[in-house]
Amino acid sequence: MTTTAFLTDSTLCIGCKACEVACKEWNELGDDGHTWTGLSYDNTGAVGHSTWRHVKFVEAAPLLGFGGNAPDLASWTFSSDVCKHCEVAGCLEACPTGAIVRTEFGGVFVQPDVCNGCAYCVVSCPFGVVQKNSDDGRAFKCTFCYDRQKEGLQPACAKACPTESIKFGDIDELKLAAQVRVEELQSRGMQDAQLYDPTETSVKGLHAMFITRGDPKQYNLPPNPEVPTVYLESAWKSSALAAGVLVLGGLFAFLGSARR
Amino acid sequence: MPGLGTSFGRGGATTAQSDLANADAILIMGSSMAENHPVGFQWVMEAREKNGATIIHVDPRFTRTSAMADIWLPLRAGTDILFLGGLINYVLTNDKMFREYVLPYTNLSTVICEGFRDTEDLDGVFSGWDDIKKRYDHATWQYQNVETLGYDEGHYGGGGHGKEGTGTSHPNGCERDETLQHPRCVYQILKKHFARYTPEMVEQGSGIPKEQFLKVAEAFTSASGPDKTAAICYSVGWTQHSKGVQIIRSAAILQLLLGNIGRPGGGILALRGHASIQGSTDIPTLYDILPGYLHMPFFKSGHNNFNDYILRHKSRKGLWFNYDTYFINLMKAWYGENARADNDWCFDLIPKLTGDHSHFGYWLDMREGKMDGLFVLGQNPAVGASNGRLERTALSKLKWLVVRDMVETETASFWYNSPEIERGELKTEDIATEVFLFPAAGTAEKAGTFTNTQRLLQFRELAIHPPGHARSDSWFMYHLGRRLKKKVEGKVGKRYEPLQKLQWNYKTEGPLKEPSISQVLKEISGWDLTSGKQVSGYKELKGDGTTASGCWIYSGVFPAENLNKALIRSPKNYLGHGWGFSWPNDVRIIYNRCSARPDGRPWSERKKLVWWDEEKQEWTGIDTPDFDKKKRPDYQPPEDATGTNGLAGDKPFILNADGVGWVFAPTGLMDGPLPTHYEPLESPLHNPLYRSHDTNPPEDKKIRPDNEYAPIGDGRFPYVLSTYRLTEHHTAGGMSRTLPHLAELQPELFCELSPELAADLELVHGEWACIYTPRSVIEARVMVTPRMRPLWVQGRTVHQVGLPYHWGYNGLVKGDVTNDLLPISEEPNVRIMETKALVCDIVPGRRATGPEALKQWKAHKEEAA
Repeated sequence: MTTTAFLTDSTLCIGCKACEVACKEWNELGDDGHTWTGLSYDNTGAVGHSTWRHVKFVEAAPLLGFGGNAPDLASWTFSSDVCKHCEVAGCLEACPTGAIVRTEFGGVFVQPDVCNGCAYCVVSCPFGVVQKNSDDGRAFKCTFCYDRQKEGLQPACAKACPTESIKFGDIDELKLAAQVRVEELQSRGMQDAQLYDPTETSVKGLHAMFITRGDPKQYNLPPNPEVPTVYLESAWKSSALAAGVLVLGGLFAFLGSARR
Repeated sequence: MPGLGTSFGRGGATTAQSDLANADAILIMGSSMAENHPVGFQWVMEAREKNGATIIHVDPRFTRTSAMADIWLPLRAGTDILFLGGLINYVLTNDKMFREYVLPYTNLSTVICEGFRDTEDLDGVFSGWDDIKKRYDHATWQYQNVETLGYDEGHYGGGGHGKEGTGTSHPNGCERDETLQHPRCVYQILKKHFARYTPEMVEQGSGIPKEQFLKVAEAFTSASGPDKTAAICYSVGWTQHSKGVQIIRSAAILQLLLGNIGRPGGGILALRGHASIQGSTDIPTLYDILPGYLHMPFFKSGHNNFNDYILRHKSRKGLWFNYDTYFINLMKAWYGENARADNDWCFDLIPKLTGDHSHFGYWLDMREGKMDGLFVLGQNPAVGASNGRLERTALSKLKWLVVRDMVETETASFWYNSPEIERGELKTEDIATEVFLFPAAGTAEKAGTFTNTQRLLQFRELAIHPPGHARSDSWFMYHLGRRLKKKVEGKVGKRYEPLQKLQWNYKTEGPLKEPSISQVLKEISGWDLTSGKQVSGYKELKGDGTTASGCWIYSGVFPAENLNKALIRSPKNYLGHGWGFSWPNDVRIIYNRCSARPDGRPWSERKKLVWWDEEKQEWTGIDTPDFDKKKRPDYQPPEDATGTNGLAGDKPFILNADGVGWVFAPTGLMDGPLPTHYEPLESPLHNPLYRSHDTNPPEDKKIRPDNEYAPIGDGRFPYVLSTYRLTEHHTAGGMSRTLPHLAELQPELFCELSPELAADLELVHGEWACIYTPRSVIEARVMVTPRMRPLWVQGRTVHQVGLPYHWGYNGLVKGDVTNDLLPISEEPNVRIMETKALVCDIVPGRRATGPEALKQWKAHKEEAA
């Protein structure tokens, strides 16, 4: 089975939210409440248990005469956020029940019939993707349309995206396409165009990569995402050291009093 | 629609959306295409990415479309003609015309008669203006030496949607000056008319800085010539103005001068306001036209007969020569055997227009209690129409109201929860209207066609039966018709004849007894009544009563018993042949004769589309030729030839009687042969061009106490207001505010304004504001954004405020009705309302509720300026 991936090229995103809606319709998710946030045109806020594709809107004051495609300034950009399906996934590492698994397509999948709602995954995701639904009791996130992929279909969001901002396919092909695209954008003068795929961190790269203009932080893509389990070794060592110090201290205290 | 119809011959987009990918430049104006036509917009993205096309967006706001464009220019709402006229002036001044195209294919060299006077001569009106009747006589707009039937009393009752057949003889030899020197040739008139639309004037009037304007002008006009083409996309941002038709005419003139019509990557893509509006003008729900853009006959004593009707609309040359044939076929489809030559094909049974029966025309009658009942199908005027207060109050004067919809719309519930009830202006117990709400089937629950913005018919099969009592509109209309016919069976009297003689024998199918839509489509496409076989297209329709077709422009969609072209989904090429049926004749880019030189060779390899094959002696190419297949490029018609045989081989616009594109439109429009800048009906400023005429002279403001206007410069309403749409919602919100996944995307009504205006007025982002106009007051959340900018116009700052119009008092998410702020007005040709430019005031704080809201609004109105 080939490992599939998303490449979300936000320079092609028109902010239409078809991806959000297609995902919710396919997966029969609930709505997030009807609250106006005033945050540009974004009223769903973030990915969470009932929003698995979320379009971020980043506004900067436009320059007169320049559209958003001008190299000079990316004045209003849109990017569809999603679960990153990390190569080394924090949620998967943390899950105590084995509910979270790696599928044959390389995606990270929460089995809803196994999940016990402990929410360890929630605190372990460096991107804040997976979330517990307190009404339901379980944790939910993007399934990478596992059910659709098994039938040879592309994920609902990729299918719905009218401008092919969301590209779906073989991970190696997409990694190559991403490089080509970034070079192309930069050759057009967009020096701020970049690929977000943190392969150097403990996450070891994503199966959902992003091409954005400007600082990726604006699109909820942190600079050094780490899988919390990388701290395990040093955490155990620190604990061992602390335990050792405490034991020594305790011994010293008791031996001292025993002498008197 | 008449903007395109008069210029080129057909009132519809000239190209397919997929063809935008071939453009070298695309101007999007009067539209936020990425937001409202997101699927079609993918081809703009392809043009940008694969063709290196320059995307230009001109709009009062920086929208999601501007975010995808290369160039964005903000302009003062309502000054589109200044901008486009500026581009025309730029083309003429800098000699950017595509001469080899313009001279043979347009009427630029045609000489206009002596009596013609331009707006430059008469300070803002053309010759023929009657200031008392408030309309034009077109006699002085005609070509030299050519007579035509002028517009008179009776015709004014009609509208402008029908393509004017001119009823005239435009001989091939109307006077032309190919050197363009004659003082009354169209070229010289055009030059003079647009002489003052300089970059300085554009800056002064619309707020676009001169250098920016010149940058756009150069970018757009250089994408022209044998090797390059540019396209224009527009939508209701251009049509919903008091001079909307003329705005589109400006674009048509520009595209003709640049040689972009009928060529790949060129053309004008009229983006229609919803998924099948093209269909609802083709098979019209409009009062003034019949299917296929035939005219509704008007009542004029002495002319109330078939022969005069035909004489008026038939043309000696071009496709409208067959006007009578198209009409007769329609009558045969409707009245079957009852329509015969000896009874003028049942012409007498068609209602005759006696006045303005458009939406606002009859709605104002309704307001005065003159109407008993109304059917409202798939429309929500309580939210969608202008001056909601007047609209909803009018409903309360009906004896009965039938609403068919998938949800209980604001129109259906006006009697118990509208703002008028809330404010105490109307009381439920006093409203005598009996309201019937029928559940309607959804799109997947019925068979039928959509005709989308690129004239493409797509048939949808029924996927699932509708639940409960929900039924399709065709079910409802068919069975209603059947029952009404039964009621008048055997009755004697002329008034029963139209119903009695109507042929209504559609077979029904399925458990719900749905009328067979396939059968209806076959009837629309047309058949031979003797053989019973389908015809292959409109050329096979005969005027002797042996064929029938419900809509000649659709003829050919169902050319054989089991061949429903609208249902086929096997695309063969980028134009989409094999996917659906594009009228006429599955031509995808109309007027495509223009894509070849006068001698029949393509303009260039890069821009070839249709060309003459000398070996096969026929037109061939990537698209179906929109031309007589066998007509040689050098064909010259004999003097007395008629129909399309009367047009030469280098005359591509086959619906126009002279076969050329009309830069100057001698007939067909109520407000001028050329577009002129006028201010919107409500504006903070006077017309910078003409002292005597601020607004479009023949515009009908429908001034009445409940439809007041602010005079120019009214201090109570100092800001420009524009209304628009968002991707997340659909028109009046019935199909989006009721669905949780859409409602959550844009849950509340908000207004958009600049940080500068917010600072001036102490408006805080995220809080509330009240927006006032002379019609009403609404409240909205405040969105302060630098995407709105103040403009410097005529020496002062002009602020603009934006409001989406999707909210109403029903649904999962509710909000005030934006259109309550708009006045009812009628553009002179199509009677459309002006929603894109008016004036307002905006004040921090929430709207009062109940009767206090009325007081709040009145108090604001009565304030001294």
